[in-house]
Amino acid sequence: MDSSGWAVGSRLGAVLIAVIVGLVGYAVWTFPSEFSGLSDHAIAELQHAGTSNPVTAVLLNYRSYDTLLEMAVLLLAVLAAWALVGGGVNEVCLVSEVSNPVLRGFVRVMTPLSILVSAHLLWLGDHAPGGAFQAGAILASAGVVLFMAGIDWSHKLPAWLERVLLTIGLFAFTGVGIVLMLTGRSFLEYPPATAKWLILMIEVFCGVSIAAALVSVFLGGRLRSRQTVLKKGS
Amino acid sequence: MDTRTFFLYAVAGVVLFGIGFHGILFCRNLVRKVLALNLMGAGIFLVFVALSTRAPSGTPDPVPQAMVLTGIVVAVSATALMLALIRRLYRETGFTELPCDLED
Repeated sequence: MDSSGWAVGSRLGAVLIAVIVGLVGYAVWTFPSEFSGLSDHAIAELQHAGTSNPVTAVLLNYRSYDTLLEMAVLLLAVLAAWALVGGGVNEVCLVSEVSNPVLRGFVRVMTPLSILVSAHLLWLGDHAPGGAFQAGAILASAGVVLFMAGIDWSHKLPAWLERVLLTIGLFAFTGVGIVLMLTGRSFLEYPPATAKWLILMIEVFCGVSIAAALVSVFLGGRLRSRQTVLKKGS
Repeated sequence: MDTRTFFLYAVAGVVLFGIGFHGILFCRNLVRKVLALNLMGAGIFLVFVALSTRAPSGTPDPVPQAMVLTGIVVAVSATALMLALIRRLYRETGFTELPCDLED
């Protein structure tokens, strides 16, 4: 493509962007300013949902299929990264020679604190903003920061444990659904009496899996770090 | 929430969407394309969250908020996949930019 073709293309692109943004903006502008949507239904059913946080109720009760498949999407991303990159630690981090003692000392304090905050958020999700995803993200950030500080905590992780950590959320979620089916209910239809504990159990396992998955994609698809970075062509 | 505040957030989301869309079309660097796609996603999430505050009861609609939470995780997964593809491309070819000429 010559330069004039590129100029025509970029002008067309700019027009296309302007048209699409204009249309979307117009659509947003003409929305009614008051609209209850599904919130009345969601809040009316809250007493049977096993949680007093409406967002958690939507995520893990009314629309638990979404969350189940979301766990599958996350696992698929890890598997794809595993296949494409094959693990190994990024060259820029995990260089213990350059990591400084202040960073290491800070990380020593922050890691237990992060784990505590993560557990707190998981429990908080029952009645306030929080839940498995937030908890998993904070737990994963603790793991990533450890690597950034040059502390390789996962290279001795057994291969089976790596796989269990990555998949336990999806398996626990599906398992709860299947057990509920065996008791004569439909898939993931929690009985109101035990809904709270089932949701909490699913959230604990999902939180662990989410954290493992996020650390894994950071490390190129493997939770178990490898000291040697794959060289080009190997 | 005040009506005008809702529109402010929603329009900001649409603008973010437009900036991201521009990046998708015009950035040749693949990492920038990934960033642009994430910016588009952030704009859409912002519109969704703004729309969820329109409930007359004052309590935000939990359904769009849960959808945004799901969307964030899917966006993270897609970003991870794209970055893994870019790392593999870099390992195979040494490039992270798309070629300038189509004939190359």
